[in-house]
Amino acid sequence: MATEAHAEGATGYIIHHLTALRVGEGFWSLHLDTLFFSALLGGVFIWFFKNAAEKATSGVPGLAQNFAEMLIEFVDQQVKDSFHGHSKLIAPLALTIFCWVFLWNFMDLFPVDILPLIGSIMGIEYLRVVPSTDLNATFAMSISVFFLIIFYSIKIKGPIGFAKELMFQPFGPWLTPFNLLLKLVEEIAKPISLALRLFGNLYAGELIFILIALLPWYVQPLLSFPWAIFHILIITLQAFIFMVLTIVYLSMAHEDH
Amino acid sequence: MSINATLIGQMITFALLVWFTMKYIWPPLFDSLEERKKKIADGLAAAEKGQEQIILAEKKAKIVLKEAKDRSAEIVTLAQKRANEIVEESKYTAKQEGERLILAAKGQIDQELQQAKESLRKEITVLALSAAQQILGAEIDKAKHQNILNKVSSQLG
Repeated sequence: MATEAHAEGATGYIIHHLTALRVGEGFWSLHLDTLFFSALLGGVFIWFFKNAAEKATSGVPGLAQNFAEMLIEFVDQQVKDSFHGHSKLIAPLALTIFCWVFLWNFMDLFPVDILPLIGSIMGIEYLRVVPSTDLNATFAMSISVFFLIIFYSIKIKGPIGFAKELMFQPFGPWLTPFNLLLKLVEEIAKPISLALRLFGNLYAGELIFILIALLPWYVQPLLSFPWAIFHILIITLQAFIFMVLTIVYLSMAHEDH
Repeated sequence: MSINATLIGQMITFALLVWFTMKYIWPPLFDSLEERKKKIADGLAAAEKGQEQIILAEKKAKIVLKEAKDRSAEIVTLAQKRANEIVEESKYTAKQEGERLILAAKGQIDQELQQAKESLRKEITVLALSAAQQILGAEIDKAKHQNILNKVSSQLG
């Protein structure tokens, strides 16, 4: 770490930007920047929606309520389209995922040097401001979703039903070991693909912003402006994909064969 | 890049966020949406009902109007009839009154004629007497020739 921090030139710059503010050693260490920014953004999300929910009226809605309702209707529509059971959890879960991931990704649109610069003035050596460029953040979310998938599979189908599904599908009881292997891979692939897709997109996006920032100043706007505009699409799309896949996976968990 | 305890911290944060959203954010906003939907639906239904009522009321109004027209026409006819009757009646009364007046006048005229005849008779008697007196001198006895005088005066009538 220490050597990386003092590496000179372009590589040093890139590594510096993509290194988390870390305390502790080994597994029991924490990325303070990821924790801080994701909690802060979660706070923004909660604050905005709580504000809208407290003033919620069935009459003429205010600006905040209008926006919150727009998102809620959008999420509710997605849930209704793919999920046919009854669940109090799934729609709020989808809303939280969409908004939170969107806000994480949105941090990507801040100029790459501003927040680390402020941090360095305050004496913080490393600052990686986009939580979705941290595998811990994306995996935390996808593993939570994975647990929910397992939980609902067992709850809806029963332990025996779920075990049967793992063993006897899709090729019938004669190929049980093969079925089991296939199903396990399928289930485990879900959280991994969820987390890596989001991480990969945002990490690459941030990397390109950093690379653009290395270019001479008169070239930068030409590249970073279109990339930022393109990124508006990407960050929304990634949040949307994460949400929709979560809904789809959970509806699959709810379906009893 | 390494996976570490941040994962656990993030999972806890995520769980808290989902719990909070589920408990305090989704229900009120969603309820207000549903309520508004219901309100709009009710409003639309009420509007439709109102329109139906307007059509009904218009129909009713037409019927009432027609009734009123018929009624007024009837009243006018009746009034005309009555007026004719009154005119006829008054004509009749006037005629009667006129006849009565004529009769009374005739009666009066007759009476006056009788009176005039009477007074004329008396005067003629006196005149005839005085003429006879002058002709016959004072010889003629009024009492003695009363019968003759009466006959003469009755011939006048």
